[in-house]
Amino acid sequence: MTTQYESVIAEFDPIIGIETHIELGTNSKMFCSCSAQFGGDPNTHVCPVCLGMPGSMPVVNRAAVESTIRMGLALNCSIVPWCRFARKNYFYPDMPKNYQISQYDEPLCINGYLDVTVATANGPQVFRVDIERVHMEEDTGKLLHAGGAGRIHGATHSLVDYNRAGIPLIEVVTKPILGTGDLAPDVAKAYVAQLRDLMRALGVSDVRMEEGSLRCDVNVSLSRPGEEWGTRTETKNVNSLRSVERAVRTEMLRQADRLRAGDRITQETRHFNEGTGDTTSGRSKEGAEDYRYFPEPDLVPIAPSKEWIEELRATLPEIPSVRRARLQRDWGVSEFDMQSLVNAGALELIVASIDAGVQPAAARKWWTGELTRVANERSCELEELTVTPNDIVQIENLIAAGELTDKMARSVFEGLLQGEGTVADIVHQRGLIVVNDDASLIAAITAALADSPDVAEKIHSGKIAAAGAIVGAVMKATHGQADAARVRTLLLEHLGIKE
Amino acid sequence: MTQKAAKGIDRDQVVHLGTLARLELTEVEVEHYTLQLEQILGAIASISAVATDDIAPTSHPIPMENVYREDVALPGLRLEDFVNDAPAFEEDRFRVPRILDQPS
Amino acid sequence: MSLDSDLTRQSAATLATAIARKEVSSEEVTRAHLDRIAQVDSRIHAFLHVDAEASLSQARLVDAKLAQGVLLSPLAGVPIALKDLVATKGVPTTCGSRILEGWRPPYNATIVEKLMAAGVVSLGKTNMDEFAMGSSTEHSGYGPTHNPWDLDRIPGGSGGGSAAAIASFEAPLAIGTDTGGSIRQPAAVTGTVGVKPTYGGVSRYGIVALASSLDQAGPCARDVMDTALLHSVIAGHDPRDSTSINAPVPDFVAAALNADVRGMKIGVIRELQGDGFQSGVLERFNQSLDILTELGAEIVEVSCPHFHYALGAYYLILPSEASSNLARFDGMRFGIRVDDGNDRSVEQVMSATREKGFGAEVKRRIMLGTYALSSGYYDAYYGQAQRIRTLINRDFAAAFATVDVLVSPTSPTTAFKIGEKLEDPLSMYLNDIATIPVNLAGNCAMSLPIGLAPEDGLPVGLQIIAPAMADTLLYRVGSALESALVDRWGGLLISEAPSL
Repeated sequence: MTTQYESVIAEFDPIIGIETHIELGTNSKMFCSCSAQFGGDPNTHVCPVCLGMPGSMPVVNRAAVESTIRMGLALNCSIVPWCRFARKNYFYPDMPKNYQISQYDEPLCINGYLDVTVATANGPQVFRVDIERVHMEEDTGKLLHAGGAGRIHGATHSLVDYNRAGIPLIEVVTKPILGTGDLAPDVAKAYVAQLRDLMRALGVSDVRMEEGSLRCDVNVSLSRPGEEWGTRTETKNVNSLRSVERAVRTEMLRQADRLRAGDRITQETRHFNEGTGDTTSGRSKEGAEDYRYFPEPDLVPIAPSKEWIEELRATLPEIPSVRRARLQRDWGVSEFDMQSLVNAGALELIVASIDAGVQPAAARKWWTGELTRVANERSCELEELTVTPNDIVQIENLIAAGELTDKMARSVFEGLLQGEGTVADIVHQRGLIVVNDDASLIAAITAALADSPDVAEKIHSGKIAAAGAIVGAVMKATHGQADAARVRTLLLEHLGIKE
Repeated sequence: MTQKAAKGIDRDQVVHLGTLARLELTEVEVEHYTLQLEQILGAIASISAVATDDIAPTSHPIPMENVYREDVALPGLRLEDFVNDAPAFEEDRFRVPRILDQPS
Repeated sequence: MSLDSDLTRQSAATLATAIARKEVSSEEVTRAHLDRIAQVDSRIHAFLHVDAEASLSQARLVDAKLAQGVLLSPLAGVPIALKDLVATKGVPTTCGSRILEGWRPPYNATIVEKLMAAGVVSLGKTNMDEFAMGSSTEHSGYGPTHNPWDLDRIPGGSGGGSAAAIASFEAPLAIGTDTGGSIRQPAAVTGTVGVKPTYGGVSRYGIVALASSLDQAGPCARDVMDTALLHSVIAGHDPRDSTSINAPVPDFVAAALNADVRGMKIGVIRELQGDGFQSGVLERFNQSLDILTELGAEIVEVSCPHFHYALGAYYLILPSEASSNLARFDGMRFGIRVDDGNDRSVEQVMSATREKGFGAEVKRRIMLGTYALSSGYYDAYYGQAQRIRTLINRDFAAAFATVDVLVSPTSPTTAFKIGEKLEDPLSMYLNDIATIPVNLAGNCAMSLPIGLAPEDGLPVGLQIIAPAMADTLLYRVGSALESALVDRWGGLLISEAPSL
């Protein structure tokens, strides 16, 4: 029986497009010297320029231009020899000047690509995602909607913090991505994950979706084979890798429903709902907003010299795909497993754990096993979990010293995720001590045997497997803090059984 | 390729401009400005007579390129520097009336 | 040179020398001008804000520094009036608009910092057409300024306040801004001197923007040397202004001293004469050409054919950039907010604030600019205007290939009566016909007084235009012409203005 999704794929070709905004991790803002650090008390990282005060003027942050060029180079773009900033004019309270300084028809980087690998049942598949442009702009302030439920709808007023206004924002826009078929949601997710890894490798941004330093809009349209491209919608508020995948899938299903019913798709901006996984209609994009773009007269053109570009090219790190291939070899894992862990957002965490001293296998085990399970349960990103590579180092050290079992380790993770303190705190508070003195174990074994005399007989008669019941009883009696393997060994010794 | 200049400007366009430019124009103003803008545009129309197909536009009078600032964070304004001039301030933030339209 | 008892009739250079020699203190000089303001400004209305105590306090500080032997500048201790478009920290800055009523900037414009470092004392902020949009100062949200030559007449605009302050001896120096002639045209109709520096020559940081690609702040005074001295203080590269020229400041004072036009070729722009120019204006203009010839220059006629389109291009570029620059005035962060409290939305409050806070001329230009930038119209309007700008640049380049400087009458007419052109925006725009091309090209120009028009006895100005970065030529030629004229008149033209 085909699922709803499968039937949609059978009938329609999806075309997707992804726009990402990346907040750079520069020291100062794009056009002024205010701190670009995340957080800070409201309206304390501001000046006449980023507050848009009369008479203020922007001055371009050199580091932001360098980061953008490096991003463009890493995405195989051409860096244009000459370009300008432009004003995007519209009124909104989070924009102090009521125009945003951006780039319009003259982006700094154009025509690049990112080869994205997706894990499929038939093995890894590579999709080349073409990049239309990478350009520079400035971020807006943050709005708090008050008096309603925190949403804009029903609010009585809003409060604005301009700390974020003017922070460098780099926009990466893909060309329409064709031919993904049923893998459209996976390609979208993989693209964002791999773009994010690339940005991290370049060191240009924290790219944390949950902090807003990486923002995604996904564009989706459907067409029947052989027909013209369908109308596309843009979905915003896609705040995690998981959401990227879900948003694409949901939107494909929604559009298919409408098209099958004979309705047309409205070109509009939609809002992704984390809770329900569906998209709701936002503002109609029909009759697009007139931004009255014109070249920014307060700034002069950017004309990067060939020398400067080559200097920056030399600073590019190992290409992520090359690095991934190297790690895969080093770790001896399959391509499928490698892609899975990349797309789960675990790669950097694993590498960081290894750098901190954890054995590769253990690092992979915890991050792709227990912690991915928890992340899925909580519908959040791995990196949002309050577990650090150092925590894993400490846990692994305790396990290696025989002071913690795997099972107890899970309890420690639980404690970390609940914010109960450090690994040492949790081990102490939860009384997670491995019972490993033989005397206590033998006592427990003896007690367990006494409770189940028939088991001893079974074991003596050759059913070694029955030992499992005693081991289980001892584990229960010690609240799981005994080393199961040791218990089994002692039990057999105690019964005088040799295997 | 230059587009043709519009013939004139009508009342509806002026009302629309008022919205785009956040000006709550009165009826009298709309009438008045429609007339005046029409006259001004008429006078300006002569510029369309100039052939400029192969002329590059000038956006900066004095040619200059690559002006940058080093990426150093410096202290800016303190709250007390601008709080008293803000029309409404609450919880260390600028208070603005309820927002109806979200930009796309 | 001994000091005349009336300190307000002295040039800035004379005052500076006297102060440096301790013949008089900055405090005395400042007080004399504050007294003059108190005496005449109720009739002139050049000033929007004066804080006598603050000015005297500044003056005393300068006196203290001078007493310690600290070398400030060749203008130390001299007072100045500042156009209200210039941000002055803690001091009301309205830009002639009600929308900024009461606003005190939390920072100083770069030129204000330079003036303070040079020991120049601020007397206050002067009146102007709202947001520098106008040629008569009648569009001020605070009432017009009156021309000291005839109180029923306009002092020019948008910087009528600064020019009137100088012409009425309320201040020896003033700062203006010039986007399409707003320093030069007031200078012409008030019989004073004003210079629009090469674009980028003076920092725009802290100068509230009208049309960013056209604006420049510049010096205003009663004679060419004072203007040169002031220009020297305010010019220079500013890292806070990305469009500011990164080169050493030329020596304007030396150029003013070298008042020698022998062997120079001076071009008369054919398109800036004839129809629309008042006969008395042309008469004085031609007489000045004769004087320049007598002084050893060669007068040549040049043609700048695309100047016919300059007005059209300007009245597209300016409103377009202004509509964007003025978007920040929305009642959210500073300035007035118009909110009747009836649960209006932010869109409504912004619209009500701007409707009430902006005057008619500003609203007109905002709409014109919004229209010109609209999709579908951009290419035919803003785009076309920017291309005409290129053609105007070429006209200038071609002209300067054959001559050293260009000249024209600054303004087609002398000062007209207050109210005369208010109902007809187009006729008002024509005042700038000779000054606009310079802003479009970004080069520099000076207006200096060349006499009174016979038919009405009102001042006429001559405009000198030099290539970009060659501001020194303005001072050289201006100085030579002024010298010859002052010889004939027995003093500056301004001394013939009626007493107030």
